[in-house]
Amino acid sequence: MKKVVSGVVLSFSMMSAVVFGQVAPDAQVKAVTSEVTALLKTDPSIPNSPTKLASVIEGKLAPNFNFNRMAQLAMGRNWAKASPEQQQVLTGEFKNLLVRTYSGALSNYRNNSVDFKPLRMQPTDTDVTVKTLVQSGGSPIPIDYSMEKVGDSWKAYDVIVGGVSLVTNYREEFNNIVRDAGVDGLIKQLQQKNKG
Amino acid sequence: MTVLKHFVALCALLLLAGCASLQSSASPQDPYEPINRKVDVFNQFVDTMFLKPAARAYVAVAPAAVQVGVGNFFGNIGDGYSFVNSLLQGKHEKASGDLSRVFVNTFFGFGGLVDLGTPLGYERGEEDFGQTLGHYGMKSGPFLMLPLFGPSSVRDAAGLLPNFAFDPVSKLASSASANNTLRALRILDTRAALLPTEALLQSAALDRYTFLRSAYLQRRQNLVYDGKPPKDD
Repeated sequence: MKKVVSGVVLSFSMMSAVVFGQVAPDAQVKAVTSEVTALLKTDPSIPNSPTKLASVIEGKLAPNFNFNRMAQLAMGRNWAKASPEQQQVLTGEFKNLLVRTYSGALSNYRNNSVDFKPLRMQPTDTDVTVKTLVQSGGSPIPIDYSMEKVGDSWKAYDVIVGGVSLVTNYREEFNNIVRDAGVDGLIKQLQQKNKG
Repeated sequence: MTVLKHFVALCALLLLAGCASLQSSASPQDPYEPINRKVDVFNQFVDTMFLKPAARAYVAVAPAAVQVGVGNFFGNIGDGYSFVNSLLQGKHEKASGDLSRVFVNTFFGFGGLVDLGTPLGYERGEEDFGQTLGHYGMKSGPFLMLPLFGPSSVRDAAGLLPNFAFDPVSKLASSASANNTLRALRILDTRAALLPTEALLQSAALDRYTFLRSAYLQRRQNLVYDGKPPKDD
């Protein structure tokens, strides 16, 4: 589990960089990784400053995720039960939850190196998995990004750390809450969590 | 003696889990959820009262080099387990990597205190008895929250038995008190390593138990299939 945590830290630091034009998904992940690791190196105070951390996350990382798709996948079949307004609120709250969690994870950041596995894809592919390996201590952590093409750029809709899929992990939780308290109950719980 | 004690405790737990099986539950992988949740509450109580404060003190007081050395030492024992299990699963390349790692770290890394294997390209071994059982087709079975040990499954709990039976830590030192010190140190090392994970879990999970269970089952499935689990299992 320890590996998984540092994996999550790294996974987050990889997803940044505003991308112009068409870039291969693995190149995009690579660019984001080096940009954020460089930022953390030049200003080591970032992990301990909530405002700096927030600006790095909002500016560099968040644009590389498709939070709407993530919320949809985490909701599974319950997504259809939510009205468009509820879906919008859910997406926002889910994003807040992930951003908050990653802020915490980023404060544990240590200098780890990241290896990229060669990406086999066709030029027409619009859904790929970028596989990376984060070196940390004795055992490397595999981190995979499920990415889809949105317009000209690629956005991640799932992060799989050591075999643990982020959206799958939330699916069961969300499902239980929707079953017991409805979609509004889930929204309320997410809002409370994000306030606390 | 301790082996016997552990064994009895585990049997009692499985029996208890069996009794609870009449309860209905939402998750097909967790028919014993009601009792598992109670065990989890107990575990968290013990953790809050004893383990977490001790682990925090250990992290705060022990020099970083000592913590790394301790982690490497127990990691080396884990690599030994991994070697045996790689062998049992017929993964000869992995087994030889594990063995090289144990050899280098034991004889040139001061009995495992220094990890020379990693820079030499031998990754830490990850095989265990639970995975060996999985390799030979044993399904994970119901999720179990073991007292003190935490998340597990019927298969992985069965996989713990050989660990108790062949625990090298109990044979390392000549006196009982030295053995107990080693055991305590191992608990501290394990718990301290989990401190950052726990903070993440607190922040990420709406329902800690469900989140932990889902992550555990996904992770174990991934390990059994060496990172390439079949889709939709």
